[in-house]
Amino acid sequence: MEALLPKVVFCYLGAVLVITALFVVTNRNAVHAVLWMLVMFLHQAALFIMLEAEFLAAVQIIVYAGAVLVLFLFVVYMINLRTELKINNFTVFWPAGLLVSLALLILSVQAVKSFLPAQPVGDMTSAQILKVGHAKVLGKALFTEHILSFEAVGVLLLVAVLGAVVLTRRIRIKGEGV
Amino acid sequence: MIPISWYLVLSLFLFVIGAFGFVARRNVIIMLMCIEIMLNAVNISLVALGKGLQHTAAHILVFFIIAVAAAEAAIGLALVVLLFKKTREVHMDEFRTLKG
Repeated sequence: MEALLPKVVFCYLGAVLVITALFVVTNRNAVHAVLWMLVMFLHQAALFIMLEAEFLAAVQIIVYAGAVLVLFLFVVYMINLRTELKINNFTVFWPAGLLVSLALLILSVQAVKSFLPAQPVGDMTSAQILKVGHAKVLGKALFTEHILSFEAVGVLLLVAVLGAVVLTRRIRIKGEGV
Repeated sequence: MIPISWYLVLSLFLFVIGAFGFVARRNVIIMLMCIEIMLNAVNISLVALGKGLQHTAAHILVFFIIAVAAAEAAIGLALVVLLFKKTREVHMDEFRTLKG
């Protein structure tokens, strides 16, 4: 009986993830799509908690649900999409896209069928996570082994934010009033 | 425990949905959201594999993917805003300037 509960929770989370992703893809209204995506991200954070990755679940909620989706919402509100509700929201070749996607799905599921999990090699065991916490385990690896990549990602984020500002800034011609 | 392959199949489903949306939708904002769905599908598979291997490398990769996705969303949405300012249009099949 105890082994059944994780499976039920997984099936619920997986079903919600797939259905909300389908809603995001097929929704006419971009605002509704963003909100369905919020539901999807929250359920994905729950899935991460199921996988004993609570730090990543927190990051998922803070970065995706907190920052990225707000950015999307701002842009959706900035761009008036009233016409979107009346016209076709799929391209003319969407059946071909569906066919290719289904083929990709079938092929990759066939490939995963023969998947054999490798033997555990690391030190991030459940007992260790329970003892010191996932954030500490992850942070230790991040700030020792992967410190260079961490700094590079920091610079990347800075450049991306500056790039977004530079791209959307209004160019003022000299002498023109503000 | 739930086998890792279940998570992999779930992530494949999400990835395929995102890929279909990216190919088939006309609205460029929804296309960017489909990219996010695909990145999240990859994140699920990486977290599951990292748990299976009990190694931190996969989870750190997920951390970096989230950072890169945030950067990509910022730049992508800035480009969408520019595109909309210039052409008053966000549907990708209306852009034919590269066709000559």
